[in-house]
Amino acid sequence: MAVATLNPEADADEGPETAVHRLGQHVFDRVAEIGDVGLFSLKTLGWIFRRRPRWSVLVPIFYAIGVQSVSVVAITGTFIGMVLAVQAFHEFQMMGLATRLGSVINISLVKELGPVLAATMLAGRVGSSMAAELGTMRVTEQIDALSALGTDPIYYLAVPRFMACLLLIPLLTLMADFMGVIGGAAVCTQVMGVDSFAYWKHSRDYVEGLDILAGVLKSLFFGAAIALISCHRGFNSTAGAEGVGKAATEAFVFSFMAILFLDFVLGLAWNTTYRAIWPQASGLL
Amino acid sequence: MSDAAPTAIQADPPAAELIEFQDVSIQFRHQKVLRGLNLTLRRGETVCVIGESGCGKTVLLKLIIGLLHPTSGRILFDGQDVTRLAGRDLVKLRLRFGFLFQMAALFDSLSVYDNVAFGLREHHVCDEDRVAAIVAERLQDVGLPQGLEHKKPAELSGGQRKRVGLARALALDPEVMLYDEPTTGLDPIMTDVINELILQTQRGGDKTGVVVTHEMRTVTKVADRVVMFYPLARIGRGESQMIYDGPAEGLEDAADPRVRQFVRGEAGERLRELAAQNRAASP
Repeated sequence: MAVATLNPEADADEGPETAVHRLGQHVFDRVAEIGDVGLFSLKTLGWIFRRRPRWSVLVPIFYAIGVQSVSVVAITGTFIGMVLAVQAFHEFQMMGLATRLGSVINISLVKELGPVLAATMLAGRVGSSMAAELGTMRVTEQIDALSALGTDPIYYLAVPRFMACLLLIPLLTLMADFMGVIGGAAVCTQVMGVDSFAYWKHSRDYVEGLDILAGVLKSLFFGAAIALISCHRGFNSTAGAEGVGKAATEAFVFSFMAILFLDFVLGLAWNTTYRAIWPQASGLL
Repeated sequence: MSDAAPTAIQADPPAAELIEFQDVSIQFRHQKVLRGLNLTLRRGETVCVIGESGCGKTVLLKLIIGLLHPTSGRILFDGQDVTRLAGRDLVKLRLRFGFLFQMAALFDSLSVYDNVAFGLREHHVCDEDRVAAIVAERLQDVGLPQGLEHKKPAELSGGQRKRVGLARALALDPEVMLYDEPTTGLDPIMTDVINELILQTQRGGDKTGVVVTHEMRTVTKVADRVVMFYPLARIGRGESQMIYDGPAEGLEDAADPRVRQFVRGEAGERLRELAAQNRAASP
């Protein structure tokens, strides 16, 4: 029954590994990893247009990512508004501009702090959790089992998480904005004694709908980045508790770096576009 | 017009060879696992793949259904080159296989019922009533009691998990069953239960089976043929990695002493090798 043989000629000759080999391998690995993230993102986006996941898959993920993040995002938003009020009050009061606090606090919240902090909380609470969950699925062969059952793991696992992050982060951002505005106003008008009418009047005069839109649009990019990075880390987790822990940590760190990078790039792009459309607009947006 | 009766077109009988590895090598980073493998698995036979940990047994299974890609060489399944398949063609190929994973790989977030129904639902094989009937039938086939359907995998014992995994793998009635260490971690009684289930599966549906195992009782019970691999790291350059290919009855009298040692569970040379490695590693 000699139908199985091994071809000894297939054993390619290998020399000893040198520093040049290792450097080359390192560069090769990094380039391959960047390419892999790109391909992973393209595959995820491709599935969204080809086939929507079943509701029975989407609903629990939307619940875990959206509903269960509400409290943490609301608390963070509230405290950020309150802290901004506490930190800025004395400086503004010394200049006799205490009633202007509303405009400064609220513009900071809707354009920067609301979106960035909502995204940071999402990366911390949801991104790491997704990476750990998918990492565990990788090391326990559940992802292989999906493939073996003829289901694309990206379609079944990454696409619902991507959709949830993308669609729910604007809502979480709006809630962080709202709670921050309320928190800031509560401290200024109820604790620091700023005139309520003037506070809200200056806020209304300074904060425009476009400012809120700028924050919400940015949050879409943040949500997409968090989902793609976290899912990719989870899918590529190495074996064992250490591997899964590393995937969870990397998911947060890389997501946070992506949020800051995107915040800068999108801020620049928004300002440039705004000034091109309204050249008379004053100040940085 | 001819009066002759129309002759039925006779389809060619399927080839005896179902899976062929042609000069297959695979390497993960710097670690070569398989080297120049040529192996043919025939339709309807149950082949047990044995060998020490790290010799590439599980890799072999994953190569067959395209979960891993070889560094070089071709893998043919029913004439199709698996290494060149993608998208729908690869999905179609995978649906012809059932895969029982080492730790069952049940989906944690789904109930037993949903795990077994997974493939049927994802591929819209039948309506929900038929899905329920198939799930009940498969769970009964693997001897699981009623009332277990709504439990989560975390609530099951090791043997139950393996049996649910087997039921899930069989749900789509595959032509080929791949078993990755199906009895690892089970007590002797449950090991025999799983062996009987494998036997029943292989005999009942005339399925082709590849069983990766360390368990010699599984080998003697289910194998039509046994293939033994040896870890590439422990053989000389040019030496064959496959050190046995034959019937289970011939294992005890194999010409290669490494085969006999493995079958009898004797450390033999391995102890001396480990001692030498320790000496070399110590300052």
